[in-house]
Amino acid sequence: MKLQIIGSICVLLFILIIFSCQSDGSIEFKRYYSGGIIVYQNHCQNCHGEKGEGLSSLIPPFTDTAYLKANLASLACKINFGLKGKITVSGKDFYGEMPAANLTPIEIAQALTYVTNSFGNKLGIITVDEVNADLNKCEN
Amino acid sequence: MRTLTGAIALILLLGACKLNSNKTTLPIYGNRQAVTTTANGQSVIDTVYQTIPAFKYINQYGDSTGSKNLDGKIYVADFFFTSCPSICPIMQRNMLNVYNAFKDNADFKIISFTIDPKHDSVPVLKNYADKLGVTGNSWWFLRGDRDSVYRIASNSYLVGVSQDSTAAGGYVHQGYFVLVDKQKRVRGSYDGTDMKQVSQLIDDIKILQAEPANVK
Repeated sequence: MKLQIIGSICVLLFILIIFSCQSDGSIEFKRYYSGGIIVYQNHCQNCHGEKGEGLSSLIPPFTDTAYLKANLASLACKINFGLKGKITVSGKDFYGEMPAANLTPIEIAQALTYVTNSFGNKLGIITVDEVNADLNKCEN
Repeated sequence: MRTLTGAIALILLLGACKLNSNKTTLPIYGNRQAVTTTANGQSVIDTVYQTIPAFKYINQYGDSTGSKNLDGKIYVADFFFTSCPSICPIMQRNMLNVYNAFKDNADFKIISFTIDPKHDSVPVLKNYADKLGVTGNSWWFLRGDRDSVYRIASNSYLVGVSQDSTAAGGYVHQGYFVLVDKQKRVRGSYDGTDMKQVSQLIDDIKILQAEPANVK
C-alpha cells in the first residue's frame, strides 16, 4: 500500500517535471519572440515591412520559409555584417544592399526567433548560443 | 445630470466626426498677398498665393522634365534617395498605394526628387523604378542639381533636407508627401511613413480632383 502511494507520487512528480521542462522551453521561446518584436520594429520593419512583405523587387520578404530554413546558419552573419550582391528569395532576384545592423548577439537571436516564427514561418527558437556559434563562422 | 453631460459629450463628439467627414475643401498653404489690379476701369483686390516656382530636371527615362509638364496637374512630391536605409522604403511602400490608386489618371502625377544626385544617376533611378514596379509616366523620379533640389525642398515644398555624415545613409530628411494642386499651390502635407495619413492623402486627392477649375 505504502509502496503504491510512493510509486504514484513518483509518477506524478515525473509528469510534473516533464511539464515544467516543456513550459520552460516555451517561456524561453516567448521571451525571445517578444523581445524580437521590439528589435524588429526598430531595426528591420522600415525596409522589410510590418508583415515581412519586403518591397517589390527592391527588398526581399521574410515569407519564404524554404529560404530561411536553408540559410538558417548564415542569417546572423547577414544581419551583423550586412549584405551585398544577388540573393534569390521567393523566386525573385534581389541586388540591393543591406547595411550592417548594430545589434548584440542576443538582439540578433531575438530578431531571428521573431522572423522565423512569424509571417507564416515556424522554425522554432534561435538561441544566443547558436547566434554566437554562427557569428564565429561568418565568411567575411 | 451625469447622463445629460454624457449625452452632450456624445453629441459634440458626433458633431466633430461629422464636420471632419464633410470636409470638402482643402486649405491653401504658404504666404499670400493681396494685389490690386485694374480690370475694366475698376480696381479689384486679388489674393495671390505662394506657388511652386519653375524647375527643370531629368527623369528616370533621361527626359528633361519639370514644372511645365505639371501645368494643370495635381501631384504629390516627396524627397528620397535610392540607397536610403531609413525611412524611404516605408515611404515608397506607402507611395505605391497612392500610385496604384491614381496611376491611370491623366491629370495626376507623383514626383520623387532624389537628394543624392551624385549616386542616383538616370540608370540608377530607372532601375529603382523598375524594381519598385513603376512603369509609364505617372510617377517620375527626378534628378537635378543638388543645391537647387535642396532649395526647392525647403523653400517651396517646406520639407527639411540636409547632408549629414553621421546619419544613416548620409542624409537627414523628412518623410513628407506634399500635395500640390493644378495652380501649383501646396494644399496638404502628410507624414509618408504613417499609413493613416497616406490614406488621408488619397482621400484629399479625390477632393482636389472634384474641385472646380476656376476656384481661386
